[in-house]
Amino acid sequence: MKDLTRTNNPYGDEKVFDACSIFGMMNLKGERFSAKDPVRAIANMHDRGNGLGGGFAVYGIYPEYKDDYAFQIMYLDRETKKQTDHLLGESFNILNEEEMPTQPANVRDPPIMWRYFLQPKKSRTRTQADDDYIIEKVMRINTETGKAFVFSSGKNMGVFKGVGFPEDVAEYFCLEDYKGYMWTCHGRFPTNTPGWWGGAHPFNILDWTVVHNGEISSYGINKRYLEMFGYKCTMQTDTEVMAYAFDLLMRRQDLPIEIVAQILAPSLWTEIKTMKPENEIAMSALRQTYGSLLMNGPFTIIVAHEGEMIGLTDRIKLRPLTAAEKGDYLFLSSEEAAIRLVSPMLDRVWSPRGGEPVIGRLESRNGVDVLAQEVYGR
Amino acid sequence: MKSYVAPEYIVERDQDRCIRCKVCVNQCSYDTHCYDEEDDCMISKSENCVNCQRCATFCPTQAITIRENPNHYRSNANWTQEVLTGIKKQAETGGVVLTGMGCDKPNLTYWDRILLNASQVTNPSIDPLREPMELRTYIGSKPDKLDLEMDQDNGVILKTKLAPQLQLETPIMFSAMSYGSISLNVHKSLARAASEAGTFYNTGEGGLERSLYKYGDHVIVQVASGRFGVHPDYLNAGAAIEIKIGQGAKPGIGGHLPGEKVSEEISRTRMIPLGTDALSPAPQHDIYSIEDLRQLIYALKEATDYTKPVFVKIAAVHNSAAIASGIVRAGADAVVLDGVRGGTGAAPRIIRDNVGIPIEMALAAVDQRLRDEGIRNQASVIAAGGIKSSADVLKAIALGADACYIATAALVSLGCTVCQKCYTGKCPWGIATTDLWLTKRINPDIGAKRLAGLLRGWSLEIMEMMGGMGINAIESVRGNRLLLRGVGLTDKELEILGIRMVGE
Repeated sequence: MKDLTRTNNPYGDEKVFDACSIFGMMNLKGERFSAKDPVRAIANMHDRGNGLGGGFAVYGIYPEYKDDYAFQIMYLDRETKKQTDHLLGESFNILNEEEMPTQPANVRDPPIMWRYFLQPKKSRTRTQADDDYIIEKVMRINTETGKAFVFSSGKNMGVFKGVGFPEDVAEYFCLEDYKGYMWTCHGRFPTNTPGWWGGAHPFNILDWTVVHNGEISSYGINKRYLEMFGYKCTMQTDTEVMAYAFDLLMRRQDLPIEIVAQILAPSLWTEIKTMKPENEIAMSALRQTYGSLLMNGPFTIIVAHEGEMIGLTDRIKLRPLTAAEKGDYLFLSSEEAAIRLVSPMLDRVWSPRGGEPVIGRLESRNGVDVLAQEVYGR
Repeated sequence: MKSYVAPEYIVERDQDRCIRCKVCVNQCSYDTHCYDEEDDCMISKSENCVNCQRCATFCPTQAITIRENPNHYRSNANWTQEVLTGIKKQAETGGVVLTGMGCDKPNLTYWDRILLNASQVTNPSIDPLREPMELRTYIGSKPDKLDLEMDQDNGVILKTKLAPQLQLETPIMFSAMSYGSISLNVHKSLARAASEAGTFYNTGEGGLERSLYKYGDHVIVQVASGRFGVHPDYLNAGAAIEIKIGQGAKPGIGGHLPGEKVSEEISRTRMIPLGTDALSPAPQHDIYSIEDLRQLIYALKEATDYTKPVFVKIAAVHNSAAIASGIVRAGADAVVLDGVRGGTGAAPRIIRDNVGIPIEMALAAVDQRLRDEGIRNQASVIAAGGIKSSADVLKAIALGADACYIATAALVSLGCTVCQKCYTGKCPWGIATTDLWLTKRINPDIGAKRLAGLLRGWSLEIMEMMGGMGINAIESVRGNRLLLRGVGLTDKELEILGIRMVGE
């Protein structure tokens, strides 16, 4: 019998189908706050999940190691840990390592969890940038044994996820002991996987995380397009292609989020036609060039990386997203009720239009940005 | 010599219904029917009948029935009626057995063994009557990345210069059929329908008649081995240029337009003497290898100041993937693949039915190869050859095509019944002929309307199928092979097509 707890998408269905709750909360001044509110909010959307996955991404969590890569790795057995430790030792200077603190909670079959703070070993022969080096090592660990999985690999941030309801996962990982200036949260309702710890959201590479509610109908071509740029989509989830699309467009091609949103959820041709001629040309060129990265089908995502949180839905908004502001806080949520629970009196609450990104940036950079009319001309 | 070839069809006439109106006599260009004045009766010479159904369609009293000749040689799985008849014909003429249209054998079609998906529960299907559904497609070379500038005042401004593109409002174009193989009225109909539907029609290798230059924005001009009608005005008249290397119906051989069809207008357009045979050489004599192709591509780009995409059309053959890769690297903006079932005005039957491979396999292999090599963005891929429905179009796009060419289906919409006698030049439907008595049977106003109706109907069906899959832009179908499943296919066939089995 297959060990269904060890692989993502054990049936080899083309992708993992799930519906979910998502929640994001950010302090725009960069002040760190506890897990209390994010956990209460995501727990309030309990019925949007089915107990087969919950997770959190927390930014600003390891200030004492803020310049080091924090690897959090799941191991299915001690033997694999030994092998992986050997590989880590060869490639990195390990500044600190520890078993991740956990406590008993209502979660299923937790694997061994280990945390490392690392610096890539310097080498005169290595020409790769640090980030590319990290990606290569993460891909290698994740594919080599099938029993080790790096589920968090950024600086000064951490992902915590597993099989259970998000509130139980939070309890298991003792999240009440951590503080961050930005939290994204996910409760999962997969339809075809009994739940693998690595398959829960958020998905992470470097400091990029994605939580996702939806099913990408264009997955087949998104995946084939990304494969041309060297990405290996090994997990058979549509969230994975979303993460790689962000990596390709934002990190490698250096496109701003406003443009990336237009690629993933572009304006309709009828809308493009009404733009100023020079914008029309640019928007048409985007659709012509990046048509294979259009994410078709229902989705809402919250993408985060250092200092920035982005909410985006598909262009005809087939999944919910509510945004709200209160003082220095920006909220993104599947349901408004979850926001109201932790912050009943809001300064502003709104439903972003389909394909219209909501961007929260640390105030030292830009603050909250809702991109619409003025940027695209629509 | 007494011919041993039996008539293929029997024409039956219900004498009670027949009113001796002689419509059948006038409509048939093969002299099948005649009127006997002395006996006041109609006589049919079955041996002349090609079963084009023109007489039966126009008979006002439905008095005519055409049946296959029930006289058959003794049944034999190998020595079939077709084989025996072919041998007898050749013995009597000492020639090559000619035919028209595409391969009529059933075993080379994969479309019917590929099925599409639809959304249920986990994502919503989209209703194209109520929601936007986008079919717009651009044919041409795309960069891997764009440089843009963005600010609050000016919005997003493009810095990269894109290669020239064709904008299609539906991913279906009319494939190459030369002026000469089909009539001017058919060309007019195709040009008008393409203009109306926001797509393109391809001139084929016979040049572009002067009166059609005004449709140039919706014309793809072809440059084939005979270079008929190719001159600077012609190249600049169209929106794109297609270099024809091969054709699915007759890979490896050239075209042949008999001198009888070379009328004054055709001689002028093709720039050849009146009444001379127009023989296209089998190869392009300035292209004996890939580096020569590159020179022709760039010669044509130079001639048109780099304002038009240049396509290269090849027949689907065993090494299509490697050839297509070379074509893309040689600088083509689009690769056209024409499969074994593609039609023709005239080809040796033995070649039509035995040379080349099905478009489905060639398309899947080419798309995958270009992706493996990271050059798929550099050129569009256009599938042609035996596309007979909107489902075939959508399946081709999901396998990896940017758009499809149709030709047989277009002619059928004008009346063609695929009788496969195009090479005789006597098409009773007025399509594959230059006989002025016959060509006036196509009225370009009506022809354009019928062709545009076909494009509209197929486009609506494509939208319905896309909506059912929860997809509202054609670019999300393109190359999305997860939307397809195979049935009744071997593991190897599935592997080459890059699709899964139904139930998987």
